[in-house]
Amino acid sequence: MISVQNLHKKFGAFHAVDGATLEIATGSITGLIGPNGAGKTTLFNVIAGRLPASCGKVLMAGEDITGLPPHELFHKGLLRTFQIAHEFGSMTVRENLMMVPENQAGETLWNTWFGRGRVAEEERRIRDKADEVLEFLTITHLADEKASNISGGQKKLLELGRTMMVDAKIVFLDEVGAGVNRTLLNTIGDAIVRLNKERGYTFCVIEHDMDFIARLCDPVICMAEGKVLAQGTVDEVKNDERVIEAYLGTGLKNKVKSNA
Amino acid sequence: MDILNAIVAFTNFVFIPATAYGAQLALGALGATLVYGILRFSNFAQGDTMAFGTMATIYGTWGLQAMGVSFGPLPTALLALPFGILVTVGLLLATDFSVYRFYRKQKVAPTILVIVSLGVMFVMNGITRIMIGVEEQNFTDGERFVFTAREFKEWSGLNEGMALKTTQAVTIVTAVLVVAWLFWFLQKTRTGKSMRAFSDNEDLALLSGINPNHVVRVTWILVAILATIAGVLYGLDKSFKPFTYFQLLLPIFAAAVVGGLGNPLGAIAGGFVVAYSEVFVTYAWKKVIGYLVPADMAPDGLVQLMSTDYKLAVSFIILIIVLLFMPTGLFKGKSG
Ligand SMILES: Nc1ncnc2c1ncn2[C@@H]1O[C@H](COP(=O)(O)OP(=O)(O)OP(=O)(O)O)[C@@H](O)[C@H]1O
Ligand SMILES: [Mg+2]
Repeated sequence: MISVQNLHKKFGAFHAVDGATLEIATGSITGLIGPNGAGKTTLFNVIAGRLPASCGKVLMAGEDITGLPPHELFHKGLLRTFQIAHEFGSMTVRENLMMVPENQAGETLWNTWFGRGRVAEEERRIRDKADEVLEFLTITHLADEKASNISGGQKKLLELGRTMMVDAKIVFLDEVGAGVNRTLLNTIGDAIVRLNKERGYTFCVIEHDMDFIARLCDPVICMAEGKVLAQGTVDEVKNDERVIEAYLGTGLKNKVKSNA
Repeated sequence: MDILNAIVAFTNFVFIPATAYGAQLALGALGATLVYGILRFSNFAQGDTMAFGTMATIYGTWGLQAMGVSFGPLPTALLALPFGILVTVGLLLATDFSVYRFYRKQKVAPTILVIVSLGVMFVMNGITRIMIGVEEQNFTDGERFVFTAREFKEWSGLNEGMALKTTQAVTIVTAVLVVAWLFWFLQKTRTGKSMRAFSDNEDLALLSGINPNHVVRVTWILVAILATIAGVLYGLDKSFKPFTYFQLLLPIFAAAVVGGLGNPLGAIAGGFVVAYSEVFVTYAWKKVIGYLVPADMAPDGLVQLMSTDYKLAVSFIILIIVLLFMPTGLFKGKSG
């Protein structure tokens, strides 16, 4: 589905992503782990067109998508969530979700005046869809709340909800479970599996919670200092010498050990 | 003491003119604030966009007049407005296509776009002057007054007269309609929501699949509508002169900044704050005070804080005070 080839991203002289090469197989839930500052988010930002690559290539189903702007990638079915949740603060939670489907008829001035019927009908459909997603995420009661007022964890759910509004092909989730309680985390895990099984979404999931990763992901890719260290099943990666070293080196020894 | 006459004089010389002027500034500032909120730069060409739109409308008006069309007691220019707006929409979209799009693709810093808009301003400025000249144009026709000072005096029996010019009434009514429409558009329509989303969080808007090209196009169309209407109303109320419109840039930005750049509601409030301040400090209060104090205390001088020649200084001072003490403006804007 996605093939990243020798990707580099420099911030000044600093190599945030340093020649990463990896594959995300169609239909997989690929985990992406690595110590803080490993360059995971930066990798997402480059793949998803938010930052330009310094060099290297990103292919989607064989097609070169390097440097395409985010809305065009969206059109191709590539979606992502943000590590730090983003929201349209002045709109309600439901309106936030309703923004998502692209090419809505109501988005042109012409239809605003002359296509009222079509716009209204489409809006009803999208609204139903949004309500469905809210129910799925168990946040129906927040539908009419202003998005700037909901909690950090709830914003994470909203991020996930956004990816469910359309039929995506591949979704990049950046720590969608961080700051979310256990029960909700399980709900999110279930949602990911269901979307993967029922709707054929391919996922790439950044997560620090190893239980979560172990439950969902195969394969798992580990990054450190901008490079891909290891790739394989959870156990293979967890027991990989270089991976343990990378975590030890940054003082996260306990994190790995406790989960091992 | 003659409170009634004082109120009438105040309404006639301060309140009505300042309200009309405030409405014109508010519409101009709305255009500037939309560009700031969505394209993220201060558009120096705003004043000259108003001038261009007005110029196009004046030509439309002349055309209609030559065909013998008139709008009864209302200015013919109102009929020519749609034409002026269309031409201005064309110009702005062409400018975006040939100039701004290039810089947007490079993702340049907002300061660069400001300078680019300065260049656009000079070009528009030139186009307008080449096409209509630098002199003053008076294109107001129809009835001059809704009611005259004399009619008011006869009706009220007061010493002091009060007049309402047709152009003032037209300005206020049009401004109310346009603003109501704009807010409905931004709040209720899907297109308006995309614009708000884009202004709220561009990153997220793009990742939500909102097409930035649509949003940008619609923004320019709205700016053309607002700027042309603002310019025509100002021109009807006063007169049209390219240089005056260029100068309007200062009060317009003062208004947008006072209200909070990027905030439409703020732009409207800001327009009135600037207009009232300007008229308050440049009006000679002698007459109004004369009615309010006993005859022997009536002031000899004009009681004018500042000569009208310096009215632009008022905007300048407001701008500086706001930027120093309240950089995000009255309503929370994006600057600061
Ligand atoms: N815009 C930027 N400008 C400069 N440096 C940046 C920028 N974005 C990220 N970096 C640097 O790149 C490195 C990798 O950051 P990144 O956010 O990709 O890490 P991460 O793997 O997502 O970490 P975490 O698990 O903490 O989220 C960090 O050292 C960070 O300081
Ligand atoms: Mg990260």
